[in-house]
Amino acid sequence: MINKICESLRAAVADVEDGSIVMIGGFGNSGIPMQLIEALRLHGARELTIISNNAGTAEEGIASLLRDRLVRKIVCSFPRSSGSIWFERLYEEGEIELELVPQGTLAERIRAAGAGLGGVYTPTGYGTRLADNKETKVINGKGYVLETAMPADVALIKAHRGDAWGNLIYNTAGRNFNPIMATAARITVAEVNAVVEVGELDPEHVVTPGIFVDRVVVQEVQQDDVA
Amino acid sequence: MMWLSKDEMASRVAQDIPDGAYVNLGIGMPTSVANYMSDNKQVIYQSENGILGVGPAPEPDKINPDLINAGKQYVTLLKGGCYFDNAESFAMMRGGHLDIAVLGAFQVSATGDLANWATNNDKFPPAVGGAMDLAVGAKKLFVLMHHTTKTDEPKILEQCEYPLTGAGVVKRIYTDLAVIDVTNEGLRVRELYGDNTLAEVQALTAATLLPPL
Repeated sequence: MINKICESLRAAVADVEDGSIVMIGGFGNSGIPMQLIEALRLHGARELTIISNNAGTAEEGIASLLRDRLVRKIVCSFPRSSGSIWFERLYEEGEIELELVPQGTLAERIRAAGAGLGGVYTPTGYGTRLADNKETKVINGKGYVLETAMPADVALIKAHRGDAWGNLIYNTAGRNFNPIMATAARITVAEVNAVVEVGELDPEHVVTPGIFVDRVVVQEVQQDDVA
Repeated sequence: MMWLSKDEMASRVAQDIPDGAYVNLGIGMPTSVANYMSDNKQVIYQSENGILGVGPAPEPDKINPDLINAGKQYVTLLKGGCYFDNAESFAMMRGGHLDIAVLGAFQVSATGDLANWATNNDKFPPAVGGAMDLAVGAKKLFVLMHHTTKTDEPKILEQCEYPLTGAGVVKRIYTDLAVIDVTNEGLRVRELYGDNTLAEVQALTAATLLPPL
């Protein structure tokens, strides 16, 4: 019997170790597994590397992990947003390492990891500072940069509905990085607004097939269910 | 001299976007281009976080907190629009499927180099987002920016002083003074607003401008 439903948010992240590489889905405040991040903060694993598009704003989400000094390094495309006070403070103090990756390259390095590739050649960043010290290649007259695959220990993702087999669907633009991160981590944990019966999701509409998902946990604080 | 307002600049870009185009608008001033699109044209807007067919802002009681654009503003989806993940979104952007991207810039060079992600101030954390992918991937890249900085320094230069987003990627520059094409011969003025003269605009530009054809 396959049953990936996890009984609590805390249990879903209980085995995240110090020094882990953790992917966190989301773009801005859309499609972020806020309640899993809070569970991770309370769990207290330190020296984390976080891979996410943004670095959090105000006191919420990834910003709360930064504030509690649980993060050693952040890999993202757009760390500076209005209200990203904790990232900016730690960056200025030299207390956090930043690896800045163009957004499409971030997506493709994650996808490559999930697809069993060693990396990809992308034209993005060719001839710029972000290609420094990277292998380049001219293919059919066009310059490309070798970007290596980026796997993680754990992916925390946010979906709209999930079932006991781990099949997931998303809410509108809340999809963003969540489906590709699901493929790229040793353990993928999905926070969902609600769990549905196996067979209830239309197989033509399943976005993330359950094989990529290890744990499904329902939100403990109910959010507006809008989709 | 005649300086266009931000809204007039956005409106001028909107005029040059053809019916049926797939377009990505960068955050900030470029986003407002959509506000000035003629009702006679159907333009499909792509948002890099995973939307094709971005519609206008929702009524306050119809906000879906997950449904935002690249600038993190609440939006809607047009009938016929769809959602997809970031790998697919950037396949559209990098893979040459978008007809036009409109981006802001710190600086543009005489050969169409674009600098819009970092300054030379290391204290200030850089942020690149999807700019580098759009720079290499859109069929046409338009820059929409003020002609000079707030301290009246030129933003169009022989060589960019700031780190590049992409080399030789800009097709056309829309400023508050003029429209300028990046051509093999150099920067050619396409349109001067009002009574602005080539000499006046040249005086605020640190790269040679060729006269309109």
